[in-house]
Amino acid sequence: MNIASKMIVVLSLMGLLSGGALAGVYKATFEKIKQNQLEELKRAIFIVLTKAKDYKKIEKDGIVVYEGLDENKMPAGLAFKAKGMGFQGEIGMMVGLDSELKKIKGLFVLDQLETPGLGAKITTEDFRGQFKELSVEPKIVYVKNVKPSKPNEIQAITAATISSKAVVNILNRDIKKVEMALKKGD
Amino acid sequence: MEKKKQNLFSIFTNGLWNESPTFKMLLGMCPALAVSNSATNGMAMGLATTFVLIASAFLISTNRKLIPSEVRIAAYIVIIATFVTIADYFLKAFFPVQSKTLGPFVPLIVVNCVILGRAESFSSKNKLIPSLLDALGMGLGFTLALTAIGIIREILGAGSIFDVKLLGDWFEPWIIMLLPAGAFLTLGIMIGIINTFSMKKATVGVDFGDNIGYMEKDKIISTESKFLTSEEIKAAREKKPKAKKPLTKENKTD
Repeated sequence: MNIASKMIVVLSLMGLLSGGALAGVYKATFEKIKQNQLEELKRAIFIVLTKAKDYKKIEKDGIVVYEGLDENKMPAGLAFKAKGMGFQGEIGMMVGLDSELKKIKGLFVLDQLETPGLGAKITTEDFRGQFKELSVEPKIVYVKNVKPSKPNEIQAITAATISSKAVVNILNRDIKKVEMALKKGD
Repeated sequence: MEKKKQNLFSIFTNGLWNESPTFKMLLGMCPALAVSNSATNGMAMGLATTFVLIASAFLISTNRKLIPSEVRIAAYIVIIATFVTIADYFLKAFFPVQSKTLGPFVPLIVVNCVILGRAESFSSKNKLIPSLLDALGMGLGFTLALTAIGIIREILGAGSIFDVKLLGDWFEPWIIMLLPAGAFLTLGIMIGIINTFSMKKATVGVDFGDNIGYMEKDKIISTESKFLTSEEIKAAREKKPKAKKPLTKENKTD
């Protein structure tokens, strides 16, 4: 076999074997990965809606919300995923609202690529805890270097204003979107 | 057999210190800087890289006579990329937390110079067992290096080690150690310190007219003549039978 055909045969064979191996691995791990994602979703919903024991998925006008259900199957708030641009990458959060869409019940950061030690502090309890029972009307506002004085104010993280601002903007925008979608049909 | 065992063992320990990929060969700098911001991250990245190193060394060494040298780089990349993808999916399925933390850096293992470098300079030229040992040694050396850098950066930058808080509240963390600047500083200083202590004494050759003297710290260790003796010339000629012998009266062939 001359060199040219040897090259073609070897590379084609490698491509086939590699493709086959990857297809096999994909298939073998598909279920487990889906399961992991579902568990992460469940965990996040129960973190932001502390009273919920179960949840129901609602899809309306392109918005997906998860209605929390307590042990009596009564509504215990709404959770949804909020996404948007942060300082260094996309920030993904699970937001819990009360059923009237007036107050935030909880906040959990799912994905972020912010600076470790600075913007990444948005995942800490200190920052997220400020959002519990926070009023969303007319919109959430952040203040710098002073303690928040109004029911819709939170304090930005020192030296991480852009990340804090990103979180606030994402929340305001996505809460409005959920409001619009849910109130449309009523 | 003893000598062979010694050789194999030294191939393995080569990557741990003598030819440490991070501190001596300066390979794989990207993950060494980017993923070493905590001890856990450094170790996880090192172990994932070790897996890919060993797996690709196995395939490349066993098939080294079958892969034409013209397409060897393309072939190595296909093998390495396949294993990196397998490692990525394995992490996503069985270690979702680590997968999230390492995130976009796992696919970047494909372009980690340690893997391609060892494939080209060792696995493609050696038998299976030495290649596997070399891969294991290099991988562990890389893991050790990254974990060491990670420990230093995590202690100074967050006061913790492997996510366990070490220093109390009195310590104001040096945030810069978690940022790229801190990575460069840590890596640079470590390379400097390690290489200062393991530098071999320099041997300098000095011209003494007819001889060359080899000196170490002002003491002559050995000398060597600059010119070949006639015995050496004869021996060199005999080694190259194809070289044309100068035509003399004795060896003229008609």
